[in-house]
Parts: sequence; C-alpha cells; structure tokens
Amino acid sequence: MNSVPRQRLVVIGNGMAGMRTVEELLRRAPVRYDITVFGAEPHPNYNRIMLSSVLAGEKQIDDIVINPLSWYAEAGITLHTGDPVVAIDAKAKIVTSASGKAVPYDKLLLATGSKPLMPPLPGLELPGVVAFRDIADTDAMLKAAEAKQRAVVIGGGLLGLEAAWGLKRRGMPVALVHLMPTLMERQLDVEAGGMLQKDLTERGLHFFTSGQTERVLGEAKAEGVVLADGRSIPADLVVVAIGIRPNVDMGKAAGLDINRGIVVGDDMATSDPDIYAVGECVEHRGQVFGLVAPLWEQAKVCAARLAGDTVATYATPALSTRLKITGIDVFSAGKLAAEDDGDEEVVFRDATKGVYRKLVVRDNKLVGAVMYGDVADGGWYFDLIKGDTDVTELRDRLIFGQSFADAGCCGGAKGSIDVAAMADDTQVCGCNGVSKGAIVSAITEKGLTTLDEVRAHTKASASCGMCTPQVQAILSFVTGADAAAPEAMCKCTDHGHDFVRHAIIDQHLKTQDAVRKVLGWKTEDGCAKCRPALNYYLLCAWPGEYVDDYRSRFINERVHANIQKDGTYSVVPRMWGGLTTPDELRAIADVADKFQIPTVKVTGGQRIDLLGVKKQDLPAVWADLNKAGLVSGHAYSKGLRTVKTCVGSEWCRFGTQDSTGLGVKLEKLMWGSWTPHKVKLAVSGCPRNCAEATIKDIGIICVEAGYDMVIGGNGGIEVRVTDPLVRLSTEDEVLEYSAAFMQLYREEGRYLERTAPYVERVGLAYIKKRILEDDAGRKALYARFLFSQSYAQNDPWAERASGGVDSHEFQPLAVVN
Amino acid sequence: MNDWIDIGTLADIPRLGARTLDTPLGEVAVFRTGDDDVFALINKCPHKNGPLSEGIVMGRKVACPLHNWVIDLNSGEAQAPDEGCTTTLPLKQDGDRLLLGLVVSTKKVAHG
Repeated sequence: MNSVPRQRLVVIGNGMAGMRTVEELLRRAPVRYDITVFGAEPHPNYNRIMLSSVLAGEKQIDDIVINPLSWYAEAGITLHTGDPVVAIDAKAKIVTSASGKAVPYDKLLLATGSKPLMPPLPGLELPGVVAFRDIADTDAMLKAAEAKQRAVVIGGGLLGLEAAWGLKRRGMPVALVHLMPTLMERQLDVEAGGMLQKDLTERGLHFFTSGQTERVLGEAKAEGVVLADGRSIPADLVVVAIGIRPNVDMGKAAGLDINRGIVVGDDMATSDPDIYAVGECVEHRGQVFGLVAPLWEQAKVCAARLAGDTVATYATPALSTRLKITGIDVFSAGKLAAEDDGDEEVVFRDATKGVYRKLVVRDNKLVGAVMYGDVADGGWYFDLIKGDTDVTELRDRLIFGQSFADAGCCGGAKGSIDVAAMADDTQVCGCNGVSKGAIVSAITEKGLTTLDEVRAHTKASASCGMCTPQVQAILSFVTGADAAAPEAMCKCTDHGHDFVRHAIIDQHLKTQDAVRKVLGWKTEDGCAKCRPALNYYLLCAWPGEYVDDYRSRFINERVHANIQKDGTYSVVPRMWGGLTTPDELRAIADVADKFQIPTVKVTGGQRIDLLGVKKQDLPAVWADLNKAGLVSGHAYSKGLRTVKTCVGSEWCRFGTQDSTGLGVKLEKLMWGSWTPHKVKLAVSGCPRNCAEATIKDIGIICVEAGYDMVIGGNGGIEVRVTDPLVRLSTEDEVLEYSAAFMQLYREEGRYLERTAPYVERVGLAYIKKRILEDDAGRKALYARFLFSQSYAQNDPWAERASGGVDSHEFQPLAVVN
Repeated sequence: MNDWIDIGTLADIPRLGARTLDTPLGEVAVFRTGDDDVFALINKCPHKNGPLSEGIVMGRKVACPLHNWVIDLNSGEAQAPDEGCTTTLPLKQDGDRLLLGLVVSTKKVAHG
C-alpha cells in the first residue's frame, strides 16, 4: 500500500461521526490519505452527548474533548476549526471554506451532523431563545443560569429533559413544555414516563404536558411562552429542544441526492461515488439518526470502504436509550409495548422503591425492555434482544434480572459480572461500539492498569458511563487487580459519592444496610472507606432520625479524642472564640497533674492540647474538665473544629468590630456539627487579618462598613486562599450566611472533601447563586442547619464521662493474671 | 491446648467491634464480626504497633487506626501490598462463654 501515492481526503464536519471515521481509517490504512478536516465550531472534536453533563455541572468542557489538538497534529491531519466549508465543486473535486481556502480532494466525507428542529413559532428569533446543540448553546444557557433567571424548555424528550435538569441543577427555576401527554414517549411507556415525571416534579421541575407552544412572548427579548390553551409561562430563557433534522446544506451544495437527509447506500457512499457521508446528516434506507450507536457502526463501514474494502456494509443496529440525569435511571430498548395478541408483556413494579420494568416477549424472544429506577440489567436485556436469544428457559425468571435468572440455571453469583463467560465479541460499550475482545487486547498489549487508561485507549465507558462496571470488571479480570474506578466510593461499590447521596434522599434510604442492599454493595458490612462516608451521608440526610453508628467512625470520632502514634490520646477542650478563664486554666492544670499528662501544648486553633492521655483515663479526664465547664473541642472530628479570632474592637486600637464576640457567636452556632471534612473558621477584626481568616473554610474580616465573608481557604499541604463571597452589614447576617454555606457544604461536599476542593469543584459562581442570589434558598439552608444542630449539640464528653455512653470502650474485657 | 481462660461472653463485645484485655503475652484484642465470629489477636499492627482494637471491623478484617493497614482477623496477615503478620491466639465459644487460649501458635509468630 505504501507504493500507492497518497490520496487526499477532505472531511467536512469535526464532530463525533466524522472523527470516529477518521480514527477507524487511520487504524486500517494509516498512510493512504492526506487528511484535511473542516469544522464550523472553534473547538477540537468533543463528545456532544455529554453536553448535558457540562450543563449540569458534572463535567467541564475539557472533560468531554475526545481528540485534543495534539491528536490531529500527531496524526498529520490538517485541521481548520471555526472555518466552515461554504462550497463544493463536485466536478472539479474542490471544497472552498468561508475564509477562502480551496482544498482539492480525491474522496470527500460529509459529517455535518444535524440542526436543531425549530417549530414555526412567532418570537423564536428573540434574544434569549436558544437550542441545545453545541458548546455555544451550552455557554448561553450557563450564562443565563448565572444570572439566575427563569427558564422554559420546550420538548420533553431526552435532550429537553437533560437541558431542563441541567438548568435546574444550576439553580434556575425551570418549566418544561411537552406536546405529548407523557415524557419521552418514544422511548418510554406511559407507566415509566409517569414515574419519570413524578420524580422530576419532586426534584423541582414544573411540567406542562399536552402543552402546545403557540408563541414566544417579548419584544426586545424573550419574556416567556404562551400555550395554545391560553396558559402563559414567564421566562427569561427559552430552550427549544424538540428534536433535530439532518444538516443537508453541503449535500445540496454538491448536488447529491437528498431526501430527509443526504441519501447513502449500504456502503455509506452518496449518489456521488467519491463522496461519503456519515452521522446525523445521512438518510439510510429511509431512516435518519439521532442516537450515537448507529454512528459508530456507520463510521466503521465508511472507514473500511475508504480504506479500500469492497464488502463492508452498514445495517442499523438495535438501539437502546438512557437518560443522563444523575440519580434517575431509565433504560429502554426495542418495543415499548405488546403490539398484538401474539406479544406478551411481563411487568414488575415496586412503587415504594420506585422500580418498574416491563419486558415484551414475542415468539419466545425478548423484543423490548423498559426499565425505570433500577437499570442494572439493561445491558443484559439489550444483549438478549440483539442476540435474538430464545428465552424459553429463562422465561419465568427473566423479569428479575440476570443474576436471578442465571442463578436458576447455572448458579451465577448475584450481582457479579461474569467476565470469563463473556464472549470476545460481546459489545460492552454501546455508545462507542467497543467489544470485550477490544478491551482485553488493549489492556494486555498496552499494559493498561486504570479505568482512565482503558477509556483513553478504547473509549469504552467514556461516553454515557453506563458500562463502567463491566469495563471495570474486565480490567480487574485481566489484570487480576481490583483497580478501583476513580469515581467509585470504594471497592464495595461501583457508585460514586454523589450518586449514593442522591439515592439516599431520593429513595428514602435511612440505614446503612438499606443503602448497601438497594444500591447493590458487594460486601455485607462495607469497609473502612465507605462506612464512615455512609454514616455521615445518612446523618446529614436524616437528622434526628438516623442513629449514628459508632462502629462506622474512625477511632478519633468514636472515642472523641485524637489517637497518637503510641496509642495514647490527646484531649482538647473547647475555648469559645479562643477565650478562656483562670478557672478553666486551673482545671486544665489540675487534670494534667492528676493524670500525669506528659505534654501540654497550645494549638494553632487557639486552645490547649493535653497529649499522652491513656484511653482508660479519658472518661475521668473529661469528667474533671466538664466540672469546670469545659466541653469537647471536637479537635478530632470531621466537623466544626475551632473559630479563631483576634481581639477586635474591644481592645485593639485598629479593631473595627467585635471580632472576638462574633467568633464566639459563630462557634456557639456551629459546634457539634458533622461535616464532610474538618471545618475551621476565623474572624479578624480589621483588614490586617491577624486571625488569618483568608486560609480558613469560612473567614470573616471585619471592616468599617461591615463584614467581608470569604470561603474555601485552606492551610495544610496545599495552601489555598479564600474566595471573597460577600460583604454583609450585620452580625445576624454573618451567622445566617455562614451557616447557609456550611449547610450547602454539608449537603454537597463529598466525604473527606474539604471546602477548598468543594468550592473549586462546584465553582464560586454556583455558591454565589445558592447563597447570595437565592434568598429563599439561603434561608432554607440556614433552617436546615439549625434543625440539624438541634440534634447535634450534645457534649460527647459529658455523655461518656457520666452518661455511660459506650462505656465498654474504656474498660478491659477481662482481667487475666 | 490445656489452659482456656474465660474472658466473658459474646455480648460483651459489640458487633463489628473489639474489646481488649491485658495478658502475660501483652494486650490482646478480641474482635466480633458482623456474623458473630470471634477472633483474638495481639493488639499490635505489624506495621507500627497500632492498636488494632480501635480499627474499623469489616467482614473478617480490621483496618488499623494509625495507617489503615488491613489485617486478616483469622490469619493475622496484612493484606497485600503490605507485608507483615500479627500474632493470633486461639479463641473458642463454649455456650455463650468466650475462652481464650494463652498460647502463641508457633507458625504464627510475627515476622513483620
């Protein structure tokens, strides 16, 4: 092949289908073509289906880039971004771009994708009306969300729902208008669509089903929509997501056969044999495309043909759908319902758990599956559908899922993925069309050890992520190691922290056992990683209801002291705002003498540390300290540690406000609270900032005009200076805003994630939206914090010193001579 | 094995927890698993002598509170990649009584 002179391939469209074709082509025939790519968007190739995750704040744009610019350079591809092709001369075989570049080709590939379908509504041209199609649309929506306006989404299909949920996650009030009576009616039956609507309504979305939009309101900009039945919905942002239509402009320009899309044959060639087309711009045997799986198949066939293969042909594969809304699991494939008397429906429904599944069986074969709530078996059902498998043997157990069905015939372990039994050509990643065999050979040939590496090399599980457990299982199977997925909480589960937290709330899981059972934990009692996390999440979700499990606490939190390297403990009494009294100091001195405590040290948080206390002495030490009015300083907890202060206006000649007094108030408000990780506060009396408030989780810096609140700072290994949040004018406001931020962090911070990484993860803009721009939301956060505190503010030392709590901790089991 | 010492009942030990006692062989930790199995080990992690009794019990393992080494309660072995072994002691249940054998099994002498 090397002796053949290189041909010129021009690709119009830098999207998923086009670049996938190029990747496949490079794999098959790396030197056959000089390749030039034109893209209309000013970005490298990215994963369009993940835009909804960007909108929801779960991913950044960088995370969804498929091929960075360096990839094009390494592959020798000439890339022109932001420069759409405007003309094709199919006779002379030359394309011309908007900027005037004329590039000749031997073969041309059209991968121009689709355009959003826009209904003929008056007012669609107004500013504030956007589609949901590309990065620019997403940016426009994010900007609107930042201004905390109201949004209306038109369209209750996959795209519309994901757009609505993303905007809701960004803090906007969102209404969704859908023409049909139930959501996602093309993928879900009425039952599942109804469950979806109910769940999303509970999460705060407003629905107008059977709603026909008549026009967009507004003169200079969009101000809302009016429905045909007269209802009107005010909005500053109108997102139109009713569907897509193939972008056939280039096909027309080249004089190709066009129907709904650019017409291609089974070989992916258009009516001009030197022009190919793939993706959402094509029409194949009367069908146009909107899901990703057929695109991969087309790319494969098209690349084969471009590489000289003369037999590869395309046939549309069976399709499955999944909704990307965190915590809501929906799956469907094939038929949604029985179509005639010969079809059977098998239905399973657990309303309490919000689980629903329906299977459609025809001639002893599975032809359709609709699942809601628990979709773990979706892939298995999909395999049965695609494989045209006779399910007569499984028929009775089919509805309960793979582990149950397999257990009946061949003793498969519950919930496990049997990698060994999986055929090499089993498709693992539906989004990217990756088989088990491809993953195994990538792992062995390239020596891959982590999930991220496997994703980078094979793209398996890199799109929707649904097959992550399978990919992980294959990785573990091949490498023999339990290489944990980076997002999994621990080896006991494949779920990430956020997923588990949402499930705890959404499914009303109130015990650790319930969480582990419902979410399919692989271990009976969890491990040292997930147990403390679950304990915290449950404590945070159900204050007053969930009973703290001390066996899921690290030793320090279990015995309310800090274990030292020699197995003794340190004891730190609370000194409110760093204030103490002669009596307290005398009591501390007496305790140190009485129990022969070897080291007494002043901490960085303005209190006194008694180091080297024997465990059996702890209750007596606490009892003596309690008598002097000293309580636990929680110096051991993932919770509020200390509020550091400077002396402030009471004594300091520079002090502008009573920083010490405010520090005491903050500490009285927040002590005893459990948080994802430790929390430290400081209050400085003037901008000289002697209390070092700018490296605290929450810092208050007093100024003449009031109080500057700063957040997300951190000392320690990775120093991070706080971000300024707001200037407040009264102490009461400081208390409310600080507690609201604390509660936000409590509810959203991942266990062992400090405020600094939390703030960086969600973004300061988001915090501002929740704390500053949403008055009702902030007050609600404050109220939830106070409610939680009403159960949390009990001195754990007193409970143990005299209350007999956990007394077994401090006494030997037996005395042996 | 002749000398079995009565050290109390199963109920004295919290499920997924441990209690300790001083013995001529050093401090011993007695663990109770989620399914009510009991194990006795010298209360020292093979790594830095951390008190294993203070760790989180999971399945038949305990995570040392100092540096999170995971020790198998049955064998005393540290979980790979860490290497080391904590001495285990014989323990049996007689009715609801727990009987500890104060003899170190020779093949289980710590080598970490």
